[in-house]
Amino acid sequence: MKTTLLAAGLATFATTALADTPVLHVLTYDSFTAEWGPGPILKAGFEATCGCEVQFTTAGDGAAVLARLKLDGDKSDADVVVGLDTNLTAAAAPLFADVAPQPNTLPVPFADPKFVPFDWGYFAFVYDNTKLTTPPTSIADLAASNLKIIIEDPRSSTPGLGLLLWVKAAYGDGAAKLWSDLADNIVTVTPGWSEAYGMFLGGEADMVLSYTTSPAYHLIAESDASKSAAAFSEGHYMQIEVAGKTLTSKQPELADAFLAYLGSDAAQSALITTNWMYPAKTPAEGLPQGFETLIQPAKSLLFTATEAQEIRAAAIEEWQTALSK
Amino acid sequence: MLTLEALHLSQGSFDLRADWSVQAGARVAVIGPSGAGKSTLLMAIAGFLPPARGRILWQGRDLAALAVGDRPMSVLFQDQNLFPHLTIAQNLGLGLSPQLRLTPAQRDAVEAALQRVGLAGMGARKPAQLSGGQQGRAALARALLRARPLLVLDEPFAALGPALKSEMLDLLDEVASATGAAVLMVTHDPADAQRFAGQTVLVAEGVAQPPCETAALFANPPPALAAYLGT
Amino acid sequence: MLPKALGLGIAALILGSAAMLGLRAESWALRPADWAAVRFTLLQAALSAVLSLGLAVPLARALFRRRFVGRGALIRLLAAPFVLPVVVAVLGIVTVFGRAGPINAVLETFHLPAVSIFGLQGVVLANVFFNLPLATRMLLHGWQAIPVERFRLAASLGMPPSAQLRHLELPMLRAQAPAIALVIFLICLASFAIALTLGGGPRASTIELAIYQALRFEFDLGRAALLALVQLLICAAGTLLASRLTLPPSFGAGLGRSLDLPAPHGWRRRGDALLILMVVLFLALPLLAVAAKGLPGLLALPSGVWPAALRSVSVALASALLVVLAALVLALAQARRASGWLELAAMLPLAASSLVLGTGLFLMLRPFVAPQALALPVTMLVNATLTLPYLYRLLLPEARALHSDYDRLASSLGLRGMARLRYLTLPRLARPLGYGAGLAAALSMGDLGVIALFAGNSGATLPLFVQQLMGAYRMDQAAAAALVLVGISYALFWVFDRIGHHYADT
Repeated sequence: MKTTLLAAGLATFATTALADTPVLHVLTYDSFTAEWGPGPILKAGFEATCGCEVQFTTAGDGAAVLARLKLDGDKSDADVVVGLDTNLTAAAAPLFADVAPQPNTLPVPFADPKFVPFDWGYFAFVYDNTKLTTPPTSIADLAASNLKIIIEDPRSSTPGLGLLLWVKAAYGDGAAKLWSDLADNIVTVTPGWSEAYGMFLGGEADMVLSYTTSPAYHLIAESDASKSAAAFSEGHYMQIEVAGKTLTSKQPELADAFLAYLGSDAAQSALITTNWMYPAKTPAEGLPQGFETLIQPAKSLLFTATEAQEIRAAAIEEWQTALSK
Repeated sequence: MLTLEALHLSQGSFDLRADWSVQAGARVAVIGPSGAGKSTLLMAIAGFLPPARGRILWQGRDLAALAVGDRPMSVLFQDQNLFPHLTIAQNLGLGLSPQLRLTPAQRDAVEAALQRVGLAGMGARKPAQLSGGQQGRAALARALLRARPLLVLDEPFAALGPALKSEMLDLLDEVASATGAAVLMVTHDPADAQRFAGQTVLVAEGVAQPPCETAALFANPPPALAAYLGT
Repeated sequence: MLPKALGLGIAALILGSAAMLGLRAESWALRPADWAAVRFTLLQAALSAVLSLGLAVPLARALFRRRFVGRGALIRLLAAPFVLPVVVAVLGIVTVFGRAGPINAVLETFHLPAVSIFGLQGVVLANVFFNLPLATRMLLHGWQAIPVERFRLAASLGMPPSAQLRHLELPMLRAQAPAIALVIFLICLASFAIALTLGGGPRASTIELAIYQALRFEFDLGRAALLALVQLLICAAGTLLASRLTLPPSFGAGLGRSLDLPAPHGWRRRGDALLILMVVLFLALPLLAVAAKGLPGLLALPSGVWPAALRSVSVALASALLVVLAALVLALAQARRASGWLELAAMLPLAASSLVLGTGLFLMLRPFVAPQALALPVTMLVNATLTLPYLYRLLLPEARALHSDYDRLASSLGLRGMARLRYLTLPRLARPLGYGAGLAAALSMGDLGVIALFAGNSGATLPLFVQQLMGAYRMDQAAAAALVLVGISYALFWVFDRIGHHYADT
């Protein structure tokens, strides 16, 4: 009897406590909320000031986040979505509300009224500098070499799509030719980044498609300076990761506050060494030691969200045809 | 009394007719050339093959509605009379309770039955640890425990040697007498019929003839039997 | 009644999930590339099935007739590749057969050209790695189902091995092989990560990849539904074909005696030994590579690995229980009276795309409940559904033997209901049930499944955790977590298999 009463009391208490504290639902990709990811830090940091509770809902990756949002339709309880990139924003835009723009330090202008960037990076081919002393200096150079590379599939992974658009941005109508030249360098095409990177570390290829920031992880987290990214003269294609507020949000003020918090120095610093990307706005204390060793591309390539959406299907078909020969 | 009433069995192109009765407590051998349908007749009585026409009755009651295990009979097959994964005692226990939930009295009955068929102390063994003759005894012991008024046997002792077989036939007689059961036994050996059964059913040419006095039948065999006997 | 309801439920789940996608579809079109994917899918699946079965027959035969130290351990090891998470196994295979692996190192010392693990040959090799052991185990069950009395008869007649093969073993193979080949073909049909990782490029696109692309990147539900339908149709055609080719075995029952048979000597003995050795190396090297990669990181595992492991184990146990019950009901019903559509319903999940299944279920359940509340139950249900065909296939031959050998005796004794289950069905089927439950639990452990779509804040399962570690450059920790995953999967399998053996032996 006593225990029942106690349980009932606790239940009432718990419900009131929940009812009093507003909950902000954040939909993101699942590595974001891993115990070593930015999620736990951002949750603690935001909850310290907002008087609310942050609840993460996850989907596999950026594309899965968008698919989940579309499947949920108007039943979605997500207030904020974190982790789309500019290849997805055109398709996602109708589901999002306008947000206040934030200052950023991106190397390219960013003007999307519905999204704020929170981090970004350059795609690049990463190699082991103890084995490869004279890396190629351009995509064309790479294609002409005998080097073996592992790339990701543009149909199932973000870096794969990034390379596709990279080649398209740099070579336009010559992209198909470049892909046929590149075909004999490609050891395999993996479904995701982790398979490719794992095989590269296992010695299966000379270079792997990744980010210019990848060597920073090895340097800072593992004190291993043997990984470098090759700087290509065509320029490097960018990935900008963004966050936005859904149209269906029941906590629009909290959502705005969270987006603002995402741009704060505290959040941006946390993102650098958890997501291993560049911050959207360099925090006052600057970048962590080690980042200064990373290559700085001479030229940043990026299609706008609308262009990326229009180009994608045809570019994938072109890629498929070139590599199927 | 077991009555086959205008019974017609049919399996593909195979047909068998029978229209006769067996008295309670009788000993009947079923004999005939192989392929004539001896086993088929027994399996129909046991309930594994529904009649195409006609009825099978026990004490005037149609057996058609009864499930195999509920029929007033115990069956001994040519082989596979014991579950190899259960002990002999468990195999016997199934004769008393299909749920294998035995009262102490029933356990004693199992032990007594084992003793009666000469398998005292072997209850804990698995069938594979028994000889062929011992397996036959175990199956008979179970029939003893089931104590159904009809015992149907499909040549279960065919594989045994003459001495062993006559031993088993004696045991069968003992079991049947103890339970007052009528026995219907398929055999291909005329000696079995003459030794054991007062009456014999001849199955040949699509008909199971009504039971006749065994001695009289063999003394004056009809052409079909004569052909089978090779006389 | 129950089997029919179950069959209908499975068909409804699989066809229904594709239909849910179809309902939301805005366009219905397949592309030329999709048909190329269909062709490649069929090619690699057919090659893998033929090769796996072709190797499994002599291997199972060798394992059946030879007795050697470690034979039992080897037979249990056969389950290991199959229960490995695909991503882990592929990395193990690449480590051994890849550019930097020992095979190419040996080739190089002899100045032979290097072999590439990437391309059609790599896909088939990986598929054989996964499915050869499965086929061998299934065939070994078949060999063990031939009553020892028949072999003694053959031996007493002085039959040489070739005659034994013709009179005893070929009939068994004719009964089992088409079904086993079909199972492997269907498994390879839905292979996604293998074809994509080892395929070497877009030539090696499978249907499942096209589904992934349609669902994830283009949100083209109509195309995904069409592709799922194509995959299911291939599965249905294959199942019907195989059931036509399959002959029921008719050995009759033995007494369950075990007896060591004298095995042939001479070149046959050397051949068997060589074959067994090659297969041990083929299977063990990638496993050792996985272990070697994982061991160093074991002490530095992040704490989240244990709650994730616990979640995975509970899901695995629950789905194993569920699928064992379902497979038993279906196999017993099928043994009693063969039904074509029930067979199809039991095999259909093999070709079901887990992505389509997950998305369809999501669309079905979304209007009623929050998906994250259902993450674990749905994973359980889907894992149980996806592993059903394996268990069904394992149980069916033995359920048939059980029926043909003991149904009459059981009926004549009035053995039915729970008593029949307890005293006849379970003890006679203990071995395949134990093996099957272990397989189901292990498969469920390693499966990423549909949880990705439903996952909320309930936390990651162990495979997802491994994936997350890999995605964060933590390859060493990922390898260690993968080793934990493999260890738990294998332990689950081992425990269930032992339980099955224990009950079969007593």
